[in-house]
Amino acid sequence: MSCNRMESRILPYVDGRLKLSEQHEVETHLAACAACRVRVNEFRAVTGLLDEMPQIEPSGAFDARVRARVAAEPAKQSWWAWFAPSPRVAFAASLLLVATIWIGSRPGPVDSPVDVASKGGPVIIDANDLPVLENFDVLSNFEPLTDLPQPVPSDDANPQDTNQQM
Amino acid sequence: MLDVKAGDEQSFALLLHRYRSPLVNFLYRMVRNREQAEDLAQEVFIRVYRARAEYVPSAKFTTWLFRIATNLALNSLRDTRNQRREISLDAPLTADAEDGDERPLDVADKHPDIEQHLVEEARRKMIRHAIEKLPEKQRAAVLLHKYQELDYNEIAKILECSESALKSLLFRAYEALRVELAPLVAQAKT
Repeated sequence: MSCNRMESRILPYVDGRLKLSEQHEVETHLAACAACRVRVNEFRAVTGLLDEMPQIEPSGAFDARVRARVAAEPAKQSWWAWFAPSPRVAFAASLLLVATIWIGSRPGPVDSPVDVASKGGPVIIDANDLPVLENFDVLSNFEPLTDLPQPVPSDDANPQDTNQQM
Repeated sequence: MLDVKAGDEQSFALLLHRYRSPLVNFLYRMVRNREQAEDLAQEVFIRVYRARAEYVPSAKFTTWLFRIATNLALNSLRDTRNQRREISLDAPLTADAEDGDERPLDVADKHPDIEQHLVEEARRKMIRHAIEKLPEKQRAAVLLHKYQELDYNEIAKILECSESALKSLLFRAYEALRVELAPLVAQAKT
């Protein structure tokens, strides 16, 4: 093994993280290379020096500050939350359903006696409708109205129709 | 983390308790400012909390955690690089730090405890300066390797490089430390 190749193995060797076969290779090289032996010893000394650095402890308020920030985080709803049952949505849907059923169950609009008469059906007269019917009779038989001129066809009417009339 | 993902708040408290000290220490050694380190560590936990729903256990949790922390630290250092250069990184070593390797020879008999304390403080200062002098990525690699004892594979993922590139990075970093700490290394060898 060359000294260059040792560069990638010195630290794993010092850490004891080499495979057994690699470790034997390194030790064989170290037995023959004083420079690499010195370097290995100095790397060991450096890692020992780094151990002298003291640890610090987080301040007493650290946890509380993190918890406060977590509590201040807005509740995040996932996309699937749209499908989760919501009391408000369920209430609104129930109301809509009840309203639909109620509207559907109501009888449809009753034809007025006039409409029925115009359709040629039998006229059933309600006593409450009598004043209206009286007015209708007066207006439908009101002679002056029959003397009024016929409506004039508009300009948009087909000219052929006009010629035919002439 | 999977329990946190499932909405278990108690598990998040356990994560906080377990990782707050390693995180704060890592960030402190990266940015060299305790208050800033704690702020960054808080930010790491908040990001973990926010990302809990999307968490996929494709890698070890510590890899993910320290990846967030490393990115935050590197960004923070980038943001304050000029300011930090003025106050720390490029400043010459202080007189007492430069004399650190000489101190063991000057131990006074009258106040051995005080002298010993000063010697240790000078040594620590020298080591701290040596770590600070490393380029940021090398520094992160050394801290993750030495203090978090992560696998090379994990550190490579955190720093987004190949394992062989990481080994090369670490070798260069330890070489720089060896040169920078030569006086202390020489003492250690004797």
